[in-house]
Amino acid sequence: MKIIVCIKQVPDTANVRLDPETHTLKREGVESIVNPFDLFALEAALRLREELGGAITAITMGPPQAAEVIKEAIGYGVDDGLLVSDRAFAGADTWATTRALAAAVEHLGGADLIVCGKQAVDGDTAQVGPGLAQRLDLPQVAFVKGWREISDGHLVLERQMDDGFDVVRLPLPGLITVVREVGEPRPPSLKGKMRAKKYQVPAVGAAELGLDPAEVGLAGSHTEVVKVFAPQAGGDRLMLGGTAEEAGARVIDLLVEAKVIAGGA
Amino acid sequence: MGIIIDQSLCTGCETCLEQCAYDALEMVDDTARVNDNCNLCRACIDICPVEAISLEETRRQADERTAAASGVWVFAEQRDGTMPEVVAELLGQGRRLADQLGCQLAAVLLGHAVEPLAAELFAQGADTVYLADDPRLEHFNDDIYCQILARLIGRDQPEILLAGATALGRSLIPRVATAAATGLTADCTGLAIDPGPRTLLQTRPAFGGNIMATIVCPAARPQMATVRPRVMKAAEPQLGRSGRLVPVELAPEDTSRTEVLEVVRAIDEQVNLTGAEVVVTGGRGLGDAEGFELVRRLARALGGVVGATRGAVDAGWIGHAHQVGQTGRTVAPRLYIALGVHGAVQHVVGMQGSENIVAVNTDPAAPIFEVATHGIVGDLFEVVPAMLKRLEQTRG
Ligand SMILES: Cc1cc2nc3c(=O)[nH]c(=O)nc-3n(C[C@H](O)[C@H](O)[C@H](O)COP(=O)(O)OP(=O)(O)OC[C@H]3O[C@@H](n4cnc5c(N)ncnc54)[C@H](O)[C@@H]3O)c2cc1C
Ligand SMILES: Nc1ncnc2c1ncn2[C@@H]1O[C@H](COP(=O)(O)O)[C@@H](O)[C@H]1O
Repeated sequence: MKIIVCIKQVPDTANVRLDPETHTLKREGVESIVNPFDLFALEAALRLREELGGAITAITMGPPQAAEVIKEAIGYGVDDGLLVSDRAFAGADTWATTRALAAAVEHLGGADLIVCGKQAVDGDTAQVGPGLAQRLDLPQVAFVKGWREISDGHLVLERQMDDGFDVVRLPLPGLITVVREVGEPRPPSLKGKMRAKKYQVPAVGAAELGLDPAEVGLAGSHTEVVKVFAPQAGGDRLMLGGTAEEAGARVIDLLVEAKVIAGGA
Repeated sequence: MGIIIDQSLCTGCETCLEQCAYDALEMVDDTARVNDNCNLCRACIDICPVEAISLEETRRQADERTAAASGVWVFAEQRDGTMPEVVAELLGQGRRLADQLGCQLAAVLLGHAVEPLAAELFAQGADTVYLADDPRLEHFNDDIYCQILARLIGRDQPEILLAGATALGRSLIPRVATAAATGLTADCTGLAIDPGPRTLLQTRPAFGGNIMATIVCPAARPQMATVRPRVMKAAEPQLGRSGRLVPVELAPEDTSRTEVLEVVRAIDEQVNLTGAEVVVTGGRGLGDAEGFELVRRLARALGGVVGATRGAVDAGWIGHAHQVGQTGRTVAPRLYIALGVHGAVQHVVGMQGSENIVAVNTDPAAPIFEVATHGIVGDLFEVVPAMLKRLEQTRG
């Protein structure tokens, strides 16, 4: 079984706070991390390899420093990595991102299964997985929370929906995106960490992938960001004073008055 | 192409360095420079106090689709013959956009034995309903749904296509946008028309809700967006309103590679967070699993569902299905009550779209109060019983 996992390097939003006065980001030594959802993708791939055998390659598109996340993936136990990096890729929307990732998958000779995280926490789009599946003409199951049956030919997966879940059969080759429930990521192994230290991350750019700079990055994107601004402050805020008894009663009265909740019998 | 810093204007104030989340700006000879980490996210451009930073523009080629496209389409998602409320919200917003553009509003309905839903869609403002009714569409499979939608888009060329940012929508629509070779903006909370170029201004939170971004798709058509549930105003249904029903035939070769074997409705407890009118959320301030009894009582009294912070979930007090926030569900109910919740950004991004937010916390400096509409500094174990008592009194 040949598995490719797509992982992204993102800024660690846990340390980002909004300045309440100026509504700008306050960064105190914000580090780059592996997108938290992609750790579940790595875990899912490792579990599948344990059952089915085969090899896992982790790929990432990003600036040169994104090689770090490939090394981390090696530490978790993947077999190989690939950094897809080129100045021409900067500013890519999800359409241009999937173009580059699809080319990287083909460069690696394809896969039986591609695993993506549910979404990246910087853009929060959740679009790259399904977009990549369409680019490669693969069947997909998004938001996978577990599986019931696995083999080299197909997977029977549980797909999270808003009102429960579906059990879906996915023939391979195919693509899945995974959510947290697939399993808590294991810690990196000592052996993996040793290997990561020495691992030379292979890298490819637009030219090696046969990509025209006009079809990737900002130039190859359909969407354009026209404005970035701070979210509005919480509107009118009312702090209710008095004793707990008074404040509790008052807030109910206000909500009934504003018809947010029903009063009367 | 890239970010340009006018060195003659830069005062070396370093505001942009603080703002950049990618470590892409550095000081060289007392002025800011861009390095290879730049992701072209543009956060620095608007923040520069002396307007020294700009983006070198590229002119996007308008393609032949731009002129030919017309009409606003709404994807009328349904599961087992029921449409989530977001469909009515999309039609409400779609109607406003269509009226502004002076064009038609259409709904696209895919499924099996779902024709009765067409009347609802007309009542909610659709001029046209495209109906693909076929046993092959009974269950949601991405590939066959994508094929049908992409083919319709190619044939009739809408100017705009909206879908709900639901699990189904966020699985299917990125695939459709890719098949239609156009742009897609995820999880929008604001939509407006720029009347000159007739472009759709799509506003959405990014970066864990820390910043808002307005995004356009200048050349390719349709302009596609998924829209967060419970943000747009739903259409008032006009009973008896009718329109044009356009049947869509499937081709013999339309098949799905994936197969749905079973559909399992709402898990153990009722936690349809996304569709709830009222969400009562407990955090670590509850102290232990028993504290959730109080949360449940208030939720029951208000006809709402129970939410939780990751802090409470990680402590093992309640199941993960209840988690609200970046790694949980995104909710935007009419009323959100946060009890003993600190208000970490990862939590706030999942609930800040709520219409009314009541926060109860002993710590007056807790950031949850920054997004609250009604804040109470106090002990939840005293405040919540008082709320329950008052509710009983008013309801008699
Ligand atoms: C990548 C990542 C993703 C994350 N995703 C999520 C997510 O999806 N959802 C989420 O919620 N979190 C998420 N988190 C975690 C988040 O950063 C916080 O740790 C978490 O939300 C804190 O939960 P809490 O507010 O319940 O706990 P705490 O931070 O411990 O806050 C408890 C609050 O209760 C108050 N309190 C205590 N006793 C009382 C009392 N008797 N009466 C009233 N108030 C009282 C305290 O003053 C305090 O403000 C994520 C973190 C990371 C790094
Ligand atoms: N630049 C990238 N390199 C590798 N994988 C990516 C990249 N961007 C997104 N992905 C994958 O696609 C998923 C969804 O990302 P997004 O659509 O950006 O929210 C992530 O969880 C990753 O698995």
